[in-house]
Amino acid sequence: MLGYAGKILYLDLTIGKSYTEKLSEETAKKYIGGIGLGMHLYLTKSKKGTEPFSPENPLVLSVGPLTATMFPTGGNGHAFISKSPATGGVGESVSHGTFGTELKRAGYDAVVITGKAEKPIYLLIDDDSIQLRDACQLWGRAPSEVEDAIKEEIGDFYVRVAAIGIAGEKLSKIACIINDKTRAAGRTGLGAVMGSKNLKAIAVRGTNDVTIHKPEEFFNLVKEFHERMKGPATQKYRTMGSTENLMQQNSMHCVPTRNYNNSHFELAENISSTVINQHFVAKIIACNSCAMRCEHEVVIKDGAYRGTMARIEYDNLWAFGPNCGVDKLNSIIKAAERCNYFGLDAQSVGGIVSFIMDCYERGILTKENLDGIDAHFGNASAMLSIIDKIGKREGLGNLFADGVKVAATKLGDKAEQLAQHIKGLEVTGYDLRCLKTAALSCAVSFRGADHNRSGAVTIDLKGKVDRLKAETGRGKLVKDLEDQFNIIDSLIVCKNAKNTFYKDFEEMTKIYNATTGLGITQQELETAGERIQTLAKLINIREGLTRKDDTLPWKVMNQPITEDVPAKGAVVTKDELNLMLDDYYQTRGYNKQGIPTTVKLQELGLSDYLELTETKEA
Amino acid sequence: MVSVHNRKFVSADPEKCVGCQVCEYACSFNKEKTFNPIKSRIRAVRVNQIANMAVTCRLCEEPACAAACPRDALIQSRENGAINIDKDKCNGCGWCIEACDYGAMMLHPETKTVYTCDLCKDRPDGPQCVKWCPEEALTVVTSDVLAQKARLSAIKKLFNEKT
Repeated sequence: MLGYAGKILYLDLTIGKSYTEKLSEETAKKYIGGIGLGMHLYLTKSKKGTEPFSPENPLVLSVGPLTATMFPTGGNGHAFISKSPATGGVGESVSHGTFGTELKRAGYDAVVITGKAEKPIYLLIDDDSIQLRDACQLWGRAPSEVEDAIKEEIGDFYVRVAAIGIAGEKLSKIACIINDKTRAAGRTGLGAVMGSKNLKAIAVRGTNDVTIHKPEEFFNLVKEFHERMKGPATQKYRTMGSTENLMQQNSMHCVPTRNYNNSHFELAENISSTVINQHFVAKIIACNSCAMRCEHEVVIKDGAYRGTMARIEYDNLWAFGPNCGVDKLNSIIKAAERCNYFGLDAQSVGGIVSFIMDCYERGILTKENLDGIDAHFGNASAMLSIIDKIGKREGLGNLFADGVKVAATKLGDKAEQLAQHIKGLEVTGYDLRCLKTAALSCAVSFRGADHNRSGAVTIDLKGKVDRLKAETGRGKLVKDLEDQFNIIDSLIVCKNAKNTFYKDFEEMTKIYNATTGLGITQQELETAGERIQTLAKLINIREGLTRKDDTLPWKVMNQPITEDVPAKGAVVTKDELNLMLDDYYQTRGYNKQGIPTTVKLQELGLSDYLELTETKEA
Repeated sequence: MVSVHNRKFVSADPEKCVGCQVCEYACSFNKEKTFNPIKSRIRAVRVNQIANMAVTCRLCEEPACAAACPRDALIQSRENGAINIDKDKCNGCGWCIEACDYGAMMLHPETKTVYTCDLCKDRPDGPQCVKWCPEEALTVVTSDVLAQKARLSAIKKLFNEKT
């Protein structure tokens, strides 16, 4: 079983004890690694109804079988898994960079952290040595500062660090975990789970070898994928970057603008990828093992924010640009940098700022509620002030630091209609009203609103289907992509490099076998993708999520697109959503309530969890 | 002894290097059949997000590493200027590591003797890091060629030509 480290580390922060267990070949084959293995460990090591901030709630950190190998983008990923404070269901977030490589070389495929330290600590994993070290001096500091301080303290430049910022310390449900300074396990609020354990950072140093089963075959694949990465499959990411999406989507009127009041941002040209690349990109850098490099590192050259450095992708550009009606790149970049500083999920922060602005313009919120801030759409300095208060949970931050769902519940019905979230997680930059396959995929996404659980949005955007139509068959499209994405997030390879897998599962099976020697079939890997999806569903079912949670934000279902474009009038009606949900559940082998059938669980080798579904089967 | 003008070493172009560490993987696998950066003869360094560069042996004239070795374990090759290490003589004292200004001399985690880039003398296709570098940031060059390249790119920039 090469590729894998073969060991899982269990750590209880309350008593400061750790032990290891062997990773069995069976578990490896069944759950692969990354989110698959992580969710398996989460489900088996947690109890029903555990509160996200309870010491008993495990936080799982995992890597994949390809991590720390030379396979391009396979080498660099890691995933965090826990119960999400934002959704109350399964929380998972994958990040890239270099952090995961050290964990694998330290000898672990996963770390399961439970308990709560008495005072702030950080965890140092130095091969076999597991140390809980004092982090009182690090409390209140930004993840990048923490990384530098730990490197200094340990005296090793190559120690890799994943840390939370002030937001995580203050249990903000939109807090993330930052590694390698600009990379984030952003979604589902797992930074707050770390904060609840008084765990400021995880530092890793590993010196063990990572070897592979069939070097010749492995290197042939590396060579092939290096070539593909220089070709059209990755062109967007390598050249202009994902920010190129903005102008493309804008022309199709599917850029949610001003909290879904519009589907087109009339000022988009001012913040286009052309402007970003001409005036701000200082360097495009790579994660470990990657042959395409896509991380567009931007630096502000002049003005009040001179010297500010951040990573800009479509996602945070959208969150602070169109979504807040802001067309000033300096402010958007500053906002992205502030999110890294506080350890906040930029997507969710953009969601909450635009929600505040929407409430303000409709009179639900006034200056008095907002510490005197004039929160009109487009007011860039208001956006930055709000972010600061959310990051520090000061003033208005008390009401808004836990995301739009929590805030809207406190503000009443009218505000709830403006809260653009699914399952408690803020939406991303794709107008679901006119991207109906994406709408289905976001409704059923186990971690809440997110295009990254299936990438079904590309089916709509590329015109492979009528994006304005909800019809039978979309369930299958979404299912197939979800299964693929589950394997992508379990191996772990990068989604930006997804198109380099010309033959998805076939080539993923090849690289898996060349690395591990476990000799699984393509069918087995496909089934693993399906199994991981249903496993996530089982966690959500155990925690009380039902069909009614597989839904869409109010505006997506009730506020049609107004602009005079082909998508004019588009919404996803209740009937349309129900049609697509029925279709999807049926394709998945779930009943009408979205509960996996006994037959399906048995087929997927998940019979151990039958008790979770038995009472709910209709 | 090969003249310093003709001495070719592995050089990284900081403009092109993106810090991907593929060179480390290629090197450690070629030399030790494993992926492990601490067994790589070349190391990628990221000072901050926009400052990246890989570093390895520069094949210096009158190399400080060799001069520092009290056991004469390090001898500069007369043929190509690479530093040959006599593992039997080396006791891992680390004086050569201290002496090297580039951090190109490293102590092996298992053999406890030092090692550095030997330009993949065992490989007909030359240094593997150069072969695998996805950014073509690594080249095997002489200082003279590096100077030529620098001059050319400076002048091209001056006349707004594409480099």
